[in-house]
Amino acid sequence: MRIVVLVKQVPDMERVKFDCEAGRVDRSSAGTEINPFDLNALEAAVSIQEQLGGKIITLSMGPAAAEDALKDTIARGADESVLLSDRRFGGADVKATAKTIAAAIKKLGGADLIFAGIQTVDGDTGQVGPETAGYLDIPHISNVDFISAYSETDITVVSNVMEGSYVKKSSYPVLITVTKDINQPRLPSMKRKLSARKAHIPVWGYEELQDYIREDEIGLQGSATKVKRIEVPPAVTRKGQVWRENVEEAIDGLVEVLKKAKVLEV
Amino acid sequence: MKMTEKDCKGILVFAEQKKERIHRVSYELLGKGKELAAQLDCPLCSVVLGPPDMDVAELIYRGADIVYHITDPMAFAAPDEVLYEQNLVRLIRDVKPEICLFGATNFGRSLAPRVAAKLGAGLTADCTHLAIDQGQLVQIRPAFSENILAHIQSTAYPQMATVRYKEFNEAPRDTNRKGQIKAMEAYVSDNSPVKILEEIVKEDFDIADANVVVAAGAGVKAKEDLKMLQELAELLGGKLGASRAAVEAGLIAKDHQVGYSGNRVKPSIYIACGISGAPQHIAGMKESGIIIAINSDPSAPILNIADYAIVGNLYEIIPKMIRKLKNMKS
Ligand SMILES: Cc1cc2nc3c(=O)[nH]c(=O)nc-3n(C[C@H](O)[C@H](O)[C@H](O)COP(=O)(O)OP(=O)(O)OC[C@H]3O[C@@H](n4cnc5c(N)ncnc54)[C@H](O)[C@@H]3O)c2cc1C
Ligand SMILES: Nc1ncnc2c1ncn2[C@@H]1O[C@H](COP(=O)(O)O)[C@@H](O)[C@H]1O
Repeated sequence: MRIVVLVKQVPDMERVKFDCEAGRVDRSSAGTEINPFDLNALEAAVSIQEQLGGKIITLSMGPAAAEDALKDTIARGADESVLLSDRRFGGADVKATAKTIAAAIKKLGGADLIFAGIQTVDGDTGQVGPETAGYLDIPHISNVDFISAYSETDITVVSNVMEGSYVKKSSYPVLITVTKDINQPRLPSMKRKLSARKAHIPVWGYEELQDYIREDEIGLQGSATKVKRIEVPPAVTRKGQVWRENVEEAIDGLVEVLKKAKVLEV
Repeated sequence: MKMTEKDCKGILVFAEQKKERIHRVSYELLGKGKELAAQLDCPLCSVVLGPPDMDVAELIYRGADIVYHITDPMAFAAPDEVLYEQNLVRLIRDVKPEICLFGATNFGRSLAPRVAAKLGAGLTADCTHLAIDQGQLVQIRPAFSENILAHIQSTAYPQMATVRYKEFNEAPRDTNRKGQIKAMEAYVSDNSPVKILEEIVKEDFDIADANVVVAAGAGVKAKEDLKMLQELAELLGGKLGASRAAVEAGLIAKDHQVGYSGNRVKPSIYIACGISGAPQHIAGMKESGIIIAINSDPSAPILNIADYAIVGNLYEIIPKMIRKLKNMKS
């Protein structure tokens, strides 16, 4: 049983400052973390491995610093990690990212199960998982918040799509995208933390993947979308009436507002 | 075979159906699609996958010039992304549209990337605006907790996007409109590696359709205390919403969560009770008609985006409001 988990290192979005003038996140204003949903993906893999055995490999495409995130995944239960890092991978959109990840999974010799987060908090497309499955030509099941059963050959999960919850069963290989509700990721143990620190994380650049992907399929060149412009939307101005001391007066004021909005009609 | 600009023409809107009811986002896409088609001087088409006897004329009434009805008695009754993808990819290769639009529903967000990958196309997620510039589609989407709007263009064909629900107006319904319905048997209808065993029926709670939302945050301390918020909501004909902090504290079910990883709501009145106003919460409610905030902290960010705010203790203010509203009603 081989389980691959896709993880991305992202800025801590609850703390990160946003530079409105430049229209970009000020990455120096906050630390980085593993995309929160990817921790749920990893936890799902670890709990399956506890029952079935096998190997968990975490895979990330990103800058050299993403090695820290991968070490953290080893502390949390992954057996091995691979970092996909190369200047030529830069500027990748979803298409180029998914194709590069798919190439790496092929180089690993494929996987029975692949877990990804439902979305990243920075890129936030939710598309990398399903597109990776598409490029690997394997099925995927998305928006999964419950794993009902699994065995050496197949997995049964609950997928939330079309305003419903569907119980879906797939044979391997399959890619699954998970939500926060699927589990509570455990914290790394002290012992694993120590061994993770010493872990060697192989870095694969384009050279390592060249049997599986063409150079014009990676990075900016391999992307099928381009950001033409970033617009900072004007701050919406609201009425901004604030009552501070007199609660009675405030309530009278609010009731007037509700009356005018016609939500008080009996 | 790669599609190029020269062979591609027309706009294709994917119409999502469940139990033969078409999702309303499809009508919104047809409304916007009509405008784009007029600018490009091209036909507006729609594709729906469903049983052969499904009535698809509604898509014509809503503006489609051609409806491709891919039929199978059973295959499309459940959301099987693999079967949907295989059929859509075949159709798109035959029809060669220049633009393909999907609703950014859970299913659309799952299906569209599979289709894009099979076509080698680009795909922009969760667009809130679409425009045409020099014959090309401009896809506009919010990013970084809605702090910026990115203008994105595709460099491959078809130009594909998923579009958020409730961003565009529904196409008006005109039952006199004429168009062509092309029914065709499914290209592929079995052998999916995914088996859909059953649909779990849940209580049908939808915060998105509430006209008034009274939302609880971490300032609400106990489950018990939700009763007063519920009472206020009922007096205003509304529903209970919540911040993620309230959901995570176990006060209320996840269906009620408003925000980036919850639901997006656009009620005429939003009353935030004990909610600080983190960007991820605001992302889900900032388009509400009137925003009212009750918060004891004079520096809470929610006050900056509220139309009306009371700085004070919600445990004092809400019961008083309820009393006053009740007096008025009786
Ligand atoms: C990836 C990601 C996704 C997220 N998605 C969401 C999402 O979908 N929705 C969401 O809401 N959040 C989301 N969050 C979390 C968000 O960043 C905030 O942590 C959360 O919104 C805080 O909830 P809160 O305002 O209820 O709690 P707090 O920030 O703790 O605020 C509580 C407020 O209550 C006030 N208060 C306390 N007691 C009283 C009283 N007696 N009377 C009046 N006021 C009182 C306090 O002054 C304070 O302002 C997300 C975060 C991340 C990183
Ligand atoms: N650069 C990346 N490296 C590895 N996995 C990724 C990367 N980007 C996205 N993913 C995976 O795809 C999921 C969805 O990401 P996104 O499409 O960016 O919202 C994430 O939760 C990850 O599991």
